[in-house]
Amino acid sequence: MARRQAPEINAGSMADIAFLLLIFFLVTTTMDVDMGISRRLPEKTPPNQKPPVLKMKNVLEIAVNKNNQILVEGKDYVKVDQIKQIAIDFIDNGGGVGKTVDGVPGKPCDWCQGKKDPASSDHPDKAIIALESDRSTDYGVYVSIQNELVAAYAELRDRLAKKEYGKTYKELLKMQESGDTKSESLAAKIKNIKKKYPEIISEKEKQ
Amino acid sequence: MSKFSKKKKDMPAINTASLPDIVFMLLFFFMVATTMRETDPLVKADIPNGTEVKKLKKKKLIRTIYVGQARDKKYGKGDKIQLNDKISSVKEIKNFIFNSIDGLDDKSDANAMTTLIKADKKASVGTISDIKRELRDINALKITYATKTGNVMDNVK
Repeated sequence: MARRQAPEINAGSMADIAFLLLIFFLVTTTMDVDMGISRRLPEKTPPNQKPPVLKMKNVLEIAVNKNNQILVEGKDYVKVDQIKQIAIDFIDNGGGVGKTVDGVPGKPCDWCQGKKDPASSDHPDKAIIALESDRSTDYGVYVSIQNELVAAYAELRDRLAKKEYGKTYKELLKMQESGDTKSESLAAKIKNIKKKYPEIISEKEKQ
Repeated sequence: MSKFSKKKKDMPAINTASLPDIVFMLLFFFMVATTMRETDPLVKADIPNGTEVKKLKKKKLIRTIYVGQARDKKYGKGDKIQLNDKISSVKEIKNFIFNSIDGLDDKSDANAMTTLIKADKKASVGTISDIKRELRDINALKITYATKTGNVMDNVK
């Protein structure tokens, strides 16, 4: 008895089906990776906590008004792209000794390369950048300033890491992310750099 | 007639048998490389430029707050805040955060969650600080200001 051959399935419309699915996925999905400037908000403070006493020379005041003008230390109007250098000069000044920790008096900043101007900040761990903004400042300007301040710290940290470990801070972070084998010493290195140039940015809103 | 007379010759049909394979390959590429769009932006958020940007890797640990002018005229002018799929008020942010933590598979990730603020560069800082105050209140401290990579001087114009 003759066996009947199975009829061939018509695959002509396969392409149409696949195209349809493809277009569906193109429309409903996104490819963009979210990115931005990461910050950490300060923790809630108890209501009756007294603010710490600070020397004025250890505070770099940056104020933005509602016309998006940026005022540094209450006297100079500056442009956004000048802020980074101003911040670096201020943080890296190293004019005095560091914070007293557990009764041990601070040491001078021996990794700073600043001018050691006695009228500017004492030590990176004392240097505070106070950013004051108005409610009607443009968000774009605000983010730009934040960006410049982060860039200033990044540059100082990169420089220090390059000097001490031969790699920039960014490279160290990347190595940590990719799960390097010597992760313990790597974590210690990163911690050390972070400790030597801590990011201290305080924010205030003008009422 | 003569030997120069044109013979009617049909064009050979292009073989399309491998077309489905090609398209399926594209399809699989897009399925793997993209993620589902979760919300439709109801506000115009032209995010500012930045240079010190970090990429946020884990999509599950991100919740997004959009800030900008509403696309729909019925909401009027001024900065609007969009949570999930609707325009909301600042007061609803706390609930939004708690819901996002509830939606996690692993509750221990709650502190690793980042709030991504996608705000228009013309939005006012006041709106952003209202949001930040709410976030601080409930200890959702990790935030990221969404930016593109580019020159910061363009934000000022």
